[in-house]
Amino acid sequence: MNYDQILNDKIQGIKPSGIRKFFDILEEMTDAISLGIGEPDFVTPWHIRDAGIYSLERGHTKYTSNAGMLQLRREISSYLNRRFDLHYDYNGQILVTVGGSEAIDLAMRVLINPGDEVIVPVPSFVCYGPLAEMAGGVPVYVELKAENEFRLTPEQLKAAITPKTKILVLPFPSNPTGGIMERRDLEAIADVLRGTDIMVISDEIYAELTYGQRHVSMANLTDMYERTVVVNGFSKSHAMTGWRMGYVCAPKPIIGAMTKLHQFGIMSAPTTSQYAAVEAMRNGDKDIEHMREEYDRRRRYLVENLNRIGLECFEPKGAFYVFPCIKSTGLSSEEFCERFLKEEKVAVIPGNAFGPGGEGFVRACYAASMKDIAEAISRMDNFLTNLRRKQGRES
Amino acid sequence: MEKLLELLEQDCSMSVAQLAAAAGVSQAEAEQAIRNYEEERVILGYKAIIDWDRVRKETVTALIEVNVVPQSIDGFDRIAERIYQYDEVESMYLMSGSFDLTVIISGRTLREVAQFVSERLAPIQGVTGTATHFILKKYKEKHLVFRPQDPEEREYIFV
Repeated sequence: MNYDQILNDKIQGIKPSGIRKFFDILEEMTDAISLGIGEPDFVTPWHIRDAGIYSLERGHTKYTSNAGMLQLRREISSYLNRRFDLHYDYNGQILVTVGGSEAIDLAMRVLINPGDEVIVPVPSFVCYGPLAEMAGGVPVYVELKAENEFRLTPEQLKAAITPKTKILVLPFPSNPTGGIMERRDLEAIADVLRGTDIMVISDEIYAELTYGQRHVSMANLTDMYERTVVVNGFSKSHAMTGWRMGYVCAPKPIIGAMTKLHQFGIMSAPTTSQYAAVEAMRNGDKDIEHMREEYDRRRRYLVENLNRIGLECFEPKGAFYVFPCIKSTGLSSEEFCERFLKEEKVAVIPGNAFGPGGEGFVRACYAASMKDIAEAISRMDNFLTNLRRKQGRES
Repeated sequence: MEKLLELLEQDCSMSVAQLAAAAGVSQAEAEQAIRNYEEERVILGYKAIIDWDRVRKETVTALIEVNVVPQSIDGFDRIAERIYQYDEVESMYLMSGSFDLTVIISGRTLREVAQFVSERLAPIQGVTGTATHFILKKYKEKHLVFRPQDPEEREYIFV
């Protein structure tokens, strides 16, 4: 059979990520250090795991309601209110999803009509463009600049808007840059959006991980609540990646449409995970603080040392990534990462994997032990010294 | 600077550079602070936590509840000192509740521990009674779990 003719054209048009080849090399290495995976190195706090186990012991093994357990939606509502001053009715404005990713997928699919344009600031996590395309949309990439600390500026947004623009994706705090949008940055974006019908998908999965200031949601701003879909989840805030627990909040008609789609495609998010998530919402705030403090220590150490060994690195104020500029080495992002991995056995991710605008940068995740981070720094120092020596010889 | 103490309590193998960056102070400041803490005996020492069972070294640890008659001048401190001066005593605490002192001692054999209790501890003037509990298995100490790391599946995904 000729599967090229059978498979959907759009999915065939989406290129697989080039990162796989790095991971293939990495998986074969024995004493490699990976700062490549964007995942907390913490295990889910015990009281949360225990709540999941207890739910199994008591036999809670059936589907929940499509939107997610009532008690969980109540807890999410109160959590968002408590921590971000966001107000969503558990009855009709919150949908529990299989990770934040499902929420993004659903949002794209219920909002996009064929040909609608979706503005995606890049570098950013890789899912927005492909999900928009699969939903019939056309991604329009806007390259964020290092000199703006990878914030989206109103000028950039204005230049990208056309009559076909349907959605603006706001992926902040950012994977991979660690950049954030503060209230005044969001206000400037809101000024552009007021009076249009453009919707915002605000991916706030790293909302708890900001350093020095609290995260502000686009939905906090005047007139923005009605046009914002807030995506969040438990993966990063509570170190629960494998539980696949996310949620999405929006005005009722949008959550209604998303719930319709979710009930056909998913039914309900995993029940065990939902019980664990209830415990995370009720008693997990201190875990968040603890992990954020840990990440912050590592962040400061990594930024300071990258700058010390000669890799220019702006201070990331969110998520758990640093995004140093490697242009001074004369290597492309991919060359840099491949050679660094082969010569020094440390995995970081080339910036261009996160879309145009990422070339010339690499992403290192500091959700790793201090020991690994320190060792990675020393290997990086080695790598750069050797590289400069070789380049000196060549010239 | 208390941040430094918290960091060191978690992991004293961190370098000064790491500690300084993590606490948000300069290296010189961190070094000076640590030196001060050491001199003031706020930092008492740095020791590794070892799972001796995994290197097949036999040790016996016992927790001994001790009842004493407090002295008129120094209360419990005087008699406590007479007990903790013995090298065998690993840790010792004054307790509230039904007994006065917890004495934790380690020896090579059961006999060695028993001997310490009967020949050293019990005869001390003011000690009115002891109850010795042997530790059968160590699960956790100082937040560290006595268990080899589970082998990790090395499969990476792009996130």
